[in-house]
Amino acid sequence: MSEPTIPSLLYGEIEEELRATLRELLRDRCGWHDVLARIDTDEAYDEGLWKAVAAELGLAGLLIPEEFGGAGAGPREVAVALEELGRAVAPVPFLASAVLATSALLACPAGAARDTALRALAEGTRTATLAVTATTWPEAGFPLSVTGAWEDGELSLTGAVTGVLAVDRAELLVLPVIVAGEPHLALVAGDAANLARGAVTSLDATRPVGQVTLDQVRARVLAGPEHAERALGHAVRYGAALLASEQLGVAEQALAEAVGYLKVRHQFGRPIGSFQALRHRAADLWSDLASARAAARYAAACLAEDSPDAAVATALAQAYCSEVAVRTAEECVQMHGGIGFTWEHPAHLYLKRAMASALLLGTADRHRATLGALVDLPPAI
Amino acid sequence: MRERGGVSDTDNQPDDGRDDGPGNEPRAASGTAPDGPPAAGGPLDAAELRRRVADLVAAHDPTTMTSVEFLGHRFDAGLAWVHFPVGCGGLGASRALQQVVEDALIAAGAKVVSAYRNPIGLGMGAPTIVAHGDAESRARLLRPLWTGEEVWCQLFSEPGAGSDLAGLATRAMRDGDGDWIVTGQKVWTSLAHKARWAMLLARTDPDLPKHQGLTYFFLDMTSPGVEVRPLRQATGQAEFNEVFLTDVRVPDAHRAGEVGQGWAVSNTTLMNERVAIGGGAAPREANAIGAVARMWRDRPELRTPGLHDRLLRAWVECEVARLGNERIRQQLAVGAPGPEGSAAKIAYARLNQDVTRLWLELTGEEGLGYDEWTMRRSDMGQATLGARAPGYYYLRAKGNSIEGGTSEVLRNVIADRVLDLPREPRTDTKVAWKEMPR
Ligand SMILES: Cc1cc2nc3c(=O)[nH]c(=O)nc-3n(C[C@H](O)[C@H](O)[C@H](O)COP(=O)(O)OP(=O)(O)OC[C@H]3O[C@@H](n4cnc5c(N)ncnc54)[C@H](O)[C@@H]3O)c2cc1C
Repeated sequence: MSEPTIPSLLYGEIEEELRATLRELLRDRCGWHDVLARIDTDEAYDEGLWKAVAAELGLAGLLIPEEFGGAGAGPREVAVALEELGRAVAPVPFLASAVLATSALLACPAGAARDTALRALAEGTRTATLAVTATTWPEAGFPLSVTGAWEDGELSLTGAVTGVLAVDRAELLVLPVIVAGEPHLALVAGDAANLARGAVTSLDATRPVGQVTLDQVRARVLAGPEHAERALGHAVRYGAALLASEQLGVAEQALAEAVGYLKVRHQFGRPIGSFQALRHRAADLWSDLASARAAARYAAACLAEDSPDAAVATALAQAYCSEVAVRTAEECVQMHGGIGFTWEHPAHLYLKRAMASALLLGTADRHRATLGALVDLPPAI
Repeated sequence: MRERGGVSDTDNQPDDGRDDGPGNEPRAASGTAPDGPPAAGGPLDAAELRRRVADLVAAHDPTTMTSVEFLGHRFDAGLAWVHFPVGCGGLGASRALQQVVEDALIAAGAKVVSAYRNPIGLGMGAPTIVAHGDAESRARLLRPLWTGEEVWCQLFSEPGAGSDLAGLATRAMRDGDGDWIVTGQKVWTSLAHKARWAMLLARTDPDLPKHQGLTYFFLDMTSPGVEVRPLRQATGQAEFNEVFLTDVRVPDAHRAGEVGQGWAVSNTTLMNERVAIGGGAAPREANAIGAVARMWRDRPELRTPGLHDRLLRAWVECEVARLGNERIRQQLAVGAPGPEGSAAKIAYARLNQDVTRLWLELTGEEGLGYDEWTMRRSDMGQATLGARAPGYYYLRAKGNSIEGGTSEVLRNVIADRVLDLPREPRTDTKVAWKEMPR
C-alpha cells in the first residue's frame, strides 16, 4: 500500500500565535459560567463573541482566499481555532459557517452569487450554514429532500431538511437540491419568502440543530450537476476532518478539569488523585489524547496539502477522535462524583458537546466502514 | 512502586532529572550543546552534512567493505549520531539533522544496517555512556558499540527487584586498591549471552534509603565471576538469561557517574529505553497488523462480521499509533521531545497484544499449531515478522507490556510526571534499604 510521507504534525509558529490570541479572547469572554448561563436562555449563540471571533479576529475568513477579503490561511489554522473553540465549548456557529458552508462555497465554480457570499462571510457580516442533516458523512449519497424547478428563469425550491446546524441563525443557506433529476447546490437567504425554519431542543444546546422547510423559495445556483456532488462531498469531508480537532479540544478541557479535581478533592484522608485506580485511568486518557492529536493534525495537514491520503486521514481522525472525546468527557463526569452530575458543573457541557459531535458528520462506525473500503479491508460476506 | 521506566518517585532527590518528566532530554544531548561550535568547516547545516557524507563515501566506498568497516568510518567522521559530541561519533550538531545523514547515506548506496545489530547498546547504552562516562570510557566503548562488534546488555532487574528497581540487592564493595567487587544475581537479562558489556546497577551503600545507595557501572562480561545461564520463555526460545555475579572485579574507571548517583544515571538509560522500544516511524501496515490485513484480503473464507469490526478498530489504532510515533519523532527532530514516549510504549504493547490475538482467531485451525518449541537461543531479541508462526507473535507480545517497564508502571510515570497527580502514599523511600521488608 502506498501512502505519502507524513507531513508535519506539529504546530507552526503562526498556528501557536493564533491559538494564543483566541485562547485569551475565550478566557475573557467565554468562561464556562457564561456558556452555562446561556443555555438557560433563548439565545443559543453568543453574538458578541461570534462577532469578535469572526470579524475582529477574522477567523471566519481563515479558509477564504485574500482576493475575497479572507485570511488566505488554511485547514491547519482552522484546526487550531477549532481546538480552542472546542475547549471553551464556545456557542458560536463557526463549524457551520466558517468550515462547512465556506468550504462548500469554495468548491463551487466562481460566480457572482458565490463570490458575494464569500466576501460577506470573510467580513464576518454574514453567517452561513450548509443545509444538510448534520449526521451526514462524506460518502453518503446526495440528499434528495429538496427539489428545485425553473420558473421564469428563477430557481424555486421546495422540500425540507432536518437536523441542520445553525439553521435558525444563518443569513445564508447553502442547499443541496435536485433539479430535473440532477444534483445542484443552491444559495438561499435565511429570510427568504416561503422559508420556515427553527431550532429544535438539542442534546448540545451550545450548538443546536433545527429544520428548514421551503415552499417555492427563490434561490440562486452555486453549482450544477458537474460540480455539485463533488463540492458537497468536499465540504462534508472538510468538516469531518476538522471536527476531529474540535473533539481534541473538548477532550483536553475535560481531562484538564478532571485532573484538576483529582488534585484537590480529598477522601479517605488523601487527594483522590493518589488512588491508583484513578491515576491509571487519567494516564490512559492522556495517552489517548496524545494519539488523538496526531490523528487530528494528520487530517488537517492532509487537507492543507491536498494529499491523496486525505480521505483515509479524515476517516481515521473521525473514527478515533470521536471516541476519545466521548470517553474523556464521560470519565470527567465519573471522576467528579456527584458534583460532576449536576447542572452547575461544566462536565455536562463537555459531555454533551462530545457526544453530539460524535454523531456529527458520520459516526466512528461509519468512518471505520469507509476506511475498510479505502484500504481494502472488505466486510465478511 | 517504581521506577522502571524512568520514573521516579522519591521526593528527596532533586537532581536526578526525573522532575522534568520523561520528556527530559537525556543528558547526552543537553550536556553537549547541540548547537555548539562545529568541528571544522562551515556551519553545520544540512548542506554541510551532505558534503561530509559525500566525503565519507568518497574516501570509503561502502560497496567495497563490510558494513562493520563502513560503520567504523562513519563513526570516525562524526556521522553516527550527529548530536553527540565530536569524538563520540557525533558532531555536536542539531538532532534534527540526523535524518539528513540517513537519507544522504541511502542515496549514496550505503546499506541500511538495522539497530538490531546491538539494540540495547544503541538504544540505551550509548546515551548513558555519553552522558555519564568519562573520556576514557567514551573512547573505549562507543565505537565498537556503534559498529555492533561489542553487543551490550542491561543488568538491572533482579529476582527481588523488577518494577521496584531501586530495591535491588546486588552488592558492590570497594576493595583495597579502589576497584569494586560485585556479587549478586540478575535476571531477565536480554542478550547477556551475546554481550561483551553490560550496564550494571548495584548497591554500594545499604545503610542509605534505597535510591541513594546505588552506583552505576559498565561491566566487562568476560570478567571472571560472570556466569550467564539461559532462561527459557513462553515462546520456547531463550532471549533472556539469569546472570550470576560472584566476586566480579570492576575497575573504578568503569564507574559511570558518582558513587551513590546510580539512580540518576539509570534514569538516562530508562528514558531512552522507552524511546527505543516504543518509538520509530514505520510504514503503514508494517507490524503485525499488516500480516492480519494481508490474511484478511487473501482468505475471504476466514472473514466474520465480528472480526471485521475488530480488524477495523485495530487498524485505526495501529495507524493512529504510527502517526503518534511519527509526531514524537518530529518533536525530537526539532529538539523538543515531549513526554509521549511512555504513552507510545503502552499503546504499542496493548496493540501488539490485541492484533496478534486477532491474528490467531482469524487463522482458525492453523492457529492450533506452532512451529517449534525446541529451546533456541535468539540472536537479537524477538523474531522479525514472517520468520515464525502466528502463535509465536501472540506469545511474544505478552512480554511487551512487561519488558522495559510494565504498562502499570508506565501509567504511574504519566500520572506522576506528566499529569503531576498526587503521589501514592509510600513507606519505602526514607528508610535505610537494609531495614526494608523483602
Ligand atoms: C522479554 C523481557 C525482556 C527483559 N529484558 C530485560 C533486560 O534486558 N534487562 C533487565 O534488567 N530487565 C529485563 N526485563 C525485566 C523487566 O524490566 C521486568 O520484568 C519488569 O520491570 C517487571 O519487573 P518484575 O518482572 O519483577 O515484575 P513485578 O515488578 O514483580 O511486577 C508484577 C506485577 O505487579 C505490577 N506492579 C508492580 N509495581 C506496581 C505499582 N507500583 N503499581 C501498579 N502495579 C505494579 C506490575 O505491573 C506487574 O503487573 C525483561 C523482561 C521481559 C519480559
